[in-house]
Amino acid sequence: MGHQDIKFYQTGTFTVGNRLLPPEQRSVQADMERTNSLNSGHRACQGCGEALGARYAIDAAMRATGNRLVAVNATGCLEVFSTPYPETSWQIPWIHSLFGNAAAVATGVAAANKVKARKAGLALPETRVIAQGGDGGTTDIGFGCLSGMFERNDDVLYICYDNQAYMNTGVQRSSATPPAARTATTMPVGDEPGNEWGQGKNVPLIAMAHGIPYVATASVSDLRDLEYKVTKAMNMRGARYIHIFVPCPLGWGSASQDTIKLARLAKETGLFPVFEAEYGEVTNVSKIRQKQPVEAYLRLQRRFAHLFGKKPRLDVVARFQEMADQNIRKFGLLGSDRAAVGFPGSEHK
Amino acid sequence: MFQVRIHGRGGQGVVTGAEMLSIAAFLEGRHAQAFPSFGSERTGAPVVAFCRIADKEIRLREPVMQPDALIIQDATLLAQIDVFSGLETEGYVILNTHRSFEEMGLGELARRFRPERLVTIPATELALKHVGRNAPNVPMLGAFAAASGLISLESVASAIRQKFSGKVADGNIAAATEAYNAVKAAREVAHAQAV
Amino acid sequence: MLKQCEGSHAVAEAVALARPEVICAYPISPQTHIVEGLGEMVKAGEIQDCEYINVESEFAAMSVAIGSSATGARTYTATASQGLLFMVEAVYNASGLGLPIVMTVANRALGAPINIWNDHSDSMSQRDCGWIQLFAENNQEAADLHIQAFKIAEELSLPVMVCMDGFILTHAYERVDMPTQEQVDAFLPPYVPRQVLDPRDPVSIGAMVGPEAYTEVRYLAHAKQMQALELIPKVSREFKEIFGRDSGGLVRPYLLEDADTVVIALGSVLGTIKDTIDEMRADGISIGVLGINSFRPFPVSAIRRALSHAKRIVVLEKSFAVGIGGIVATDVRMAMDGLDQRIYTVVAGLGGRNITRASLHRVLRMAMHDQLEGLHFMDLEWNIVNRELDRERQTRRSGPIAENILRDLGQTKSNVG
Repeated sequence: MGHQDIKFYQTGTFTVGNRLLPPEQRSVQADMERTNSLNSGHRACQGCGEALGARYAIDAAMRATGNRLVAVNATGCLEVFSTPYPETSWQIPWIHSLFGNAAAVATGVAAANKVKARKAGLALPETRVIAQGGDGGTTDIGFGCLSGMFERNDDVLYICYDNQAYMNTGVQRSSATPPAARTATTMPVGDEPGNEWGQGKNVPLIAMAHGIPYVATASVSDLRDLEYKVTKAMNMRGARYIHIFVPCPLGWGSASQDTIKLARLAKETGLFPVFEAEYGEVTNVSKIRQKQPVEAYLRLQRRFAHLFGKKPRLDVVARFQEMADQNIRKFGLLGSDRAAVGFPGSEHK
Repeated sequence: MFQVRIHGRGGQGVVTGAEMLSIAAFLEGRHAQAFPSFGSERTGAPVVAFCRIADKEIRLREPVMQPDALIIQDATLLAQIDVFSGLETEGYVILNTHRSFEEMGLGELARRFRPERLVTIPATELALKHVGRNAPNVPMLGAFAAASGLISLESVASAIRQKFSGKVADGNIAAATEAYNAVKAAREVAHAQAV
Repeated sequence: MLKQCEGSHAVAEAVALARPEVICAYPISPQTHIVEGLGEMVKAGEIQDCEYINVESEFAAMSVAIGSSATGARTYTATASQGLLFMVEAVYNASGLGLPIVMTVANRALGAPINIWNDHSDSMSQRDCGWIQLFAENNQEAADLHIQAFKIAEELSLPVMVCMDGFILTHAYERVDMPTQEQVDAFLPPYVPRQVLDPRDPVSIGAMVGPEAYTEVRYLAHAKQMQALELIPKVSREFKEIFGRDSGGLVRPYLLEDADTVVIALGSVLGTIKDTIDEMRADGISIGVLGINSFRPFPVSAIRRALSHAKRIVVLEKSFAVGIGGIVATDVRMAMDGLDQRIYTVVAGLGGRNITRASLHRVLRMAMHDQLEGLHFMDLEWNIVNRELDRERQTRRSGPIAENILRDLGQTKSNVG
């Protein structure tokens, strides 16, 4: 396939950034030679952020490991839409055990591979392992196993596809659900409609507190960054964690075609900081290119519609803005901003 | 089948004592079974362990309720629990004290048993002297070997070597030997007096 | 080689001889000495090419085991009591996926009230989990069964639980004939998995199965256990050829041929029962005992064959199904269906209560004269039970039952007996 050189001024947008790069650095989504570990034809909803994130993440990991990769999947949308027997969308060895144990099963895979490598006279195992799950399987029910895997520094990359609720069971609240959001278990009724106001459980920061080699957040709005982070993670050994922001049209009540837009707005508002950390210290943050008000993000989603209805809750919107601004200060997300003093690893490297 | 019950407190090596006794009997070609009275005992709490010795396979799993020998590693237990419960009239008692049964206020009880089978030994002192800590279990075994003749001092020493090594083993063997010799000597004196 | 050692130590050595590749360990009494022993052996290099993983829970222990077994590694773990309950979801998953993991269950009671002592409630709670469940009578058998377990598990692609009485066996020192590495290598071939996570031949394991095939998958799990009814005795015979002793198998009869009364039991209590039966035989009583070695699969025909001539059966079990009665007894009743026999259930040894010859004599003589009720709780303190029942009738806020009972019992009894 031929490659076309293109200049930035010809596009006026960041979405075609791929074409601005030298051919060897480009994403290979349209390439017939693409690894294609998650085949097309799966049963995900139209506009599913998780399917997109998983495809790019696993493909990047396949490239980084020379196709010697095993995936362990927690119960959830990704597991269900990719596999009902006898069909499977996976072209890699793949195992689903339970909702809450993907990290531990992956530890077992890594341990077995380590023994096999030793028996074959290899210093390090050739076959690597990824564990993956949604936010429910990661921040809630699988959290014990995840923390155990981190603490032992097992050679596992755990990827969380965060769509901020239990979508597979019909959109119930998880500890990753944002405040005020409507879910089936946090209905927009009463004086304080939607989810309770709180900080949620910030698993990337908790992962960092384990001092593991690599922690990153990524978003389906920047697939090249996602690929870069997965590739980097697969070139390291030990426990690694990538938290990917994946909008869910069904659960969020957003238009299918707005998935990427929402993901970008989450980053550009500061609500979802995109950063990297090594051994417990932040090493890199993705700057906000064009700061957006949180309202632009919230208004596109029916789960926040009650904030803008007959009785608008501008106070709640203001709290969201406060939250975003705090992230911006804390992570230094704007321009040449430095992160606030006192944040672990705040010095840019 | 010969059944031994060992009383002591957590930290005094009661269970290890029963295990070593079983090893010593095993080394002499016997079948032996040792087990603790299981519990989450902490240091200082009363602990019981058991040992059975026989010439054929031991299948019985009940605790030793009619012991042929009692090894009492801590005399303060006498006021606390009925350590003599179920002891056969032909039974042996090895008591860790530098005093006599009479001095311990056990004179009346002692008269129900055969006097030559009632032995006191200052096992804690021997342990402190040879091992440097309050581990009376091993000298008690030395005294038991001498009093009962059921196992040899050599077997006790071999069992000690299976459980401990180096200086700790040497110290324990010295303590067991001194206890063994002390009981033997006392019995010879008693025998001479009787004659 | 003959040695005098702790049961846990014998099991650890036996597992080591089976050349495990991944061991996951989470401590729980009375299993601890087994995994401690294995941890030391791996760290000291006595077990080579083995990963020993200190996990953060029993749920993780079984989950790690699932991952390593699915990757083709011979995998071992051990647990007991609450630990087994905590891993239940993964226990079912391991058997559903057909992964030949071997796990020791150092049998212990279940809370509440929390109780660390021995009974069979933990294993029995998992009787329907799809694992093979083998029970050891003594430490020799506990060691031997672990070696057999790997062979049975790997041949059938089914996990095997080796149940040994907590403390009574795990913490008992007795004589064990430890096999040599050469013997075990001759007996146990390397693990060849039926399914494996291998990038050269990718498969998807553990995906969803709907109503169109779920029944068939479940039936095959049953069919495999039925195959185990043939395999377990075969492996026991092969074991005898190499190691020269009887170990394992489905059931073990003792003085059964002419016995009018037959006791059925599992695990270490068989020893005390055999001693009791010897004494009763000496008194001219026609009695014998059948040990059940394999509880899952339940050897229906072997039991029926062994007991067809018995006039009465006393199932003595260290567990019970609250609200109905015996667990083992229910299965025995099914095995004896249509035969005219009295079947008594005796619940004994719960939470570590000692099972003594004296009590066995009393209860078995009552059974012999058909004076035993169908469901009997051996050595139950009726006055204590009735006092609590009275209290509950009289007072609404009667308080925590366990505390009331212990107050009624007065100060804690001495530890003797």
